[in-house]
Amino acid sequence: MTATTATTATTAETADVVVVGAGIVGAAVAEALANDGARVTIVDSGAAALGATAVGMGHLVAMDDSPAQLALTSYSLDLWKSLAPELPPSAEYDPAGTLWVAEDEMQLEGVEEKIRAYAGRGMPLQWLDGKRVVELEPNLRPGLAGGLLAPRDAILYPPGAARALIDRALARGAQLREHTEVRELRANEVTTTRGTLRAGVIVNAAGTSAARLTPDLPIVPRKGHLVITDRVPGFCRHQIVEMGYLKSAHRMTAESAAFNVQPRATGQVLIGSSRELVGWDASVNRQLVAAMLSRAQWFMPALAKLQAIRIWTGFRPATRDKLPLIGRWERTPGLWIAAGHEGLGITTSLGTAALLADLIAGRTPAIDPAPFAPGRRVAA
Amino acid sequence: MSRLRDVSVDVVVIGGGPAGIAAATRGSEAGKRVLVLDEAPHLGGQIWRHLSRETLPAKARSWLDRFDRSGAEGLTEASVVDLQDARVLAVRWNEEVRVRAPHVIIATGARELLLPFPGWTLPNVMGVGGLQALVKSGASVAGKRVALAGAGPLVLPVAAALAQAGARLVVVADRTSASRVLRFAASLAGRPGDLWQGVRYRAQFAGTRYRWGTRVIAAAGESRVQEATFSAGGRTWTEPVDLLGAAAGLVPNTELARLAGCEVRGGGGGVVMVDALQKSSRAGVWCAGEPTGVGGVDLALVEGEIAGLDAAGQPVPPRLLKARDAGRAYARRLDLAFGLDGLDAVDLPPPETIVCRCEDVPCSAFDKSWTMRQAKLYTRAGMGPCQGRVCGAALHAMFGWPPDSVRAPLVPTPVASLISTLESSDATT
Amino acid sequence: MARTLSILVDGRLLEVTEGVTVAAALLNAGEDTFRDSVSGRPRGPVCGMGICFECRVTIDGVRGRRACLERVSPGMRVITRE
Repeated sequence: MTATTATTATTAETADVVVVGAGIVGAAVAEALANDGARVTIVDSGAAALGATAVGMGHLVAMDDSPAQLALTSYSLDLWKSLAPELPPSAEYDPAGTLWVAEDEMQLEGVEEKIRAYAGRGMPLQWLDGKRVVELEPNLRPGLAGGLLAPRDAILYPPGAARALIDRALARGAQLREHTEVRELRANEVTTTRGTLRAGVIVNAAGTSAARLTPDLPIVPRKGHLVITDRVPGFCRHQIVEMGYLKSAHRMTAESAAFNVQPRATGQVLIGSSRELVGWDASVNRQLVAAMLSRAQWFMPALAKLQAIRIWTGFRPATRDKLPLIGRWERTPGLWIAAGHEGLGITTSLGTAALLADLIAGRTPAIDPAPFAPGRRVAA
Repeated sequence: MSRLRDVSVDVVVIGGGPAGIAAATRGSEAGKRVLVLDEAPHLGGQIWRHLSRETLPAKARSWLDRFDRSGAEGLTEASVVDLQDARVLAVRWNEEVRVRAPHVIIATGARELLLPFPGWTLPNVMGVGGLQALVKSGASVAGKRVALAGAGPLVLPVAAALAQAGARLVVVADRTSASRVLRFAASLAGRPGDLWQGVRYRAQFAGTRYRWGTRVIAAAGESRVQEATFSAGGRTWTEPVDLLGAAAGLVPNTELARLAGCEVRGGGGGVVMVDALQKSSRAGVWCAGEPTGVGGVDLALVEGEIAGLDAAGQPVPPRLLKARDAGRAYARRLDLAFGLDGLDAVDLPPPETIVCRCEDVPCSAFDKSWTMRQAKLYTRAGMGPCQGRVCGAALHAMFGWPPDSVRAPLVPTPVASLISTLESSDATT
Repeated sequence: MARTLSILVDGRLLEVTEGVTVAAALLNAGEDTFRDSVSGRPRGPVCGMGICFECRVTIDGVRGRRACLERVSPGMRVITRE
């Protein structure tokens, strides 16, 4: 279960690859590259998987804010499906699927287009009317305009999944250096609080810290809140998200909340989502949480009586065009980027890793890498 | 649409034990509007818990009567969920309450340190104070075989009360060594009242041996405790029991103070730092009683009086300050004698022993190099309804881990109530 | 002489003393298992003061209520191990 830590180095060490960041993206990248035969060293300023990986929902979801996003998320979902049988129980993988629900007719705008787009990616979406939606999820309020079922979506517990990926990398000879803070990323060299590492390939997978290490990365923290309840097994069976969620995720406005609930393996209900741009203020925004919970309670009135045990906040590493940065960082020889995944880091960690591994090895990636190029111009 | 009850007072006191009662009484007598909030059905806290006031000792009755006369108000069955600036948000069974008060006095008392041992999760294994609390709230122990294994002065009055209630005390034990207890007793030379009170308590269970340096090491039974095993020196033995009270001392309840941003020092939940007038590091927030350092009823009363007077803008008589200093010295001696630090290292229980009761996490699941946060994320320990209060204190004793940060809600709260309290915590609403 | 009242515990009628807590009433009736732990083991009150949540039962349809903090009331419906 525990990942081993190598002893402290006093002289410059070499590896084929240094991955900075042991969150789920770094873990997936390390696993993919170790699988390709590279000697990989993973470094993290703290313990593995305690950053954004530890505070999100663990929703594996195909999303279509853009064709590129749909391509990356659906590619990733296929990869998760293949990996699922090999994941340990601690990853709590659950092929629950997503039930997208429409509050009213307005939210149904574009549904047919959505179904076509998803079908084009091999992701069937099943249309359900308001009655059928409630049959599927009896705790939803009656009278909703309808819904879409995405059966290939899934749920997992990110810290468990990330540690499983790290363990797979370690089994292929990778090394993990926790509590090792990176001071500087230079050409083929990483300076840390515990010595210098040299490698032909350095991957910045440091999530919300990525822009600190590679200035000019267009990544900003986008804060979210989550609330978790006491155990209520059977309260819901799918991840349930309102169709307005995409709009909330899309607009880079001050703050927004959207209905988003998840059944955890324990039977607890995880309630989200919120978005704000408030720098690094990790305090609970009580008004916003109240709005988020109100919205959730509107969609699922039975939430009213559930005991909320905990509220917490976290930061998504966000980019303006909602697409992550995956690829070479031209300015610094040997430096590659795998960061800026906003709320899709868990989902697209596997797609990101596969894409990056292909690019590094010179193979043709399964999806077009151009939209994710780190040096791309991003519309303001 | 808010279903909230809005109350505006001068002073809000959180915790209706001795410190809170004393603070509220003094504040109200000084002419301020004072409201006390407490979770229990009656005011009194732990040590003054009662079904009817006549059963309480004279000092308790006298304070409660004085509180009644002072005009201060009490709101019972109220759990504080959140605190922001001059607003305290509480939930009761059927309503939410927002108390707006420029002066907040935190008197949240202490809880028992429950250290895990094999079988400790069996029904009828309780804390020492826990067992007494249940008896004081109506549970009968008449004719039941009861064993007590505690640490410090709490054991004596509990044993006495249980004997009075008709229990058959089969073991009364303090894990503290005889030498430390004797040294502590000697230090009580300046407090003869305490010594005599100790003697009186002892007399009430004279038929049972009072053992030092003795701890419970295991409990066993089918679906409830049926026997307990004790260890003293090199010797172990087992006794059939119906009820077992086991605890290792008291831990201040500092969660509310920490949520309020008060400076707290020391390991575990720490103690709340206050100045000579019980002011915390946060403007407008005082703290009195056990959260500033476990020191017993008399110190809690004195600190409560000081906080109540100061919050009401009244001068504090020097005799109260002197009494507080004397009480603090006593509290330090208590800690030296009965505290777990230093001489009394905590042995880890066997690996399969449950440590987090809410999530059934065994001792073997933890890596001592972790932080509390890692333990939560990797094992789920601390992620249940007690919000890490029970296992967090144990894990601090076992591994030295400081607690994770505190956030609202301070207690599990129904979603509908939480919406109401969160909406109302803003200064602008 | 203390007054008594009736409550329902797991569907059974129980006569209890007025003013006692639900926890005390259950213990007096020989009910020492209030809930099942997440791995199915029996649990009952421990701290007696509302901290540990081991005494939680369903009272009048609301789950998760701490029996050690609630007084019995006439006609109260208590369900253990829910």
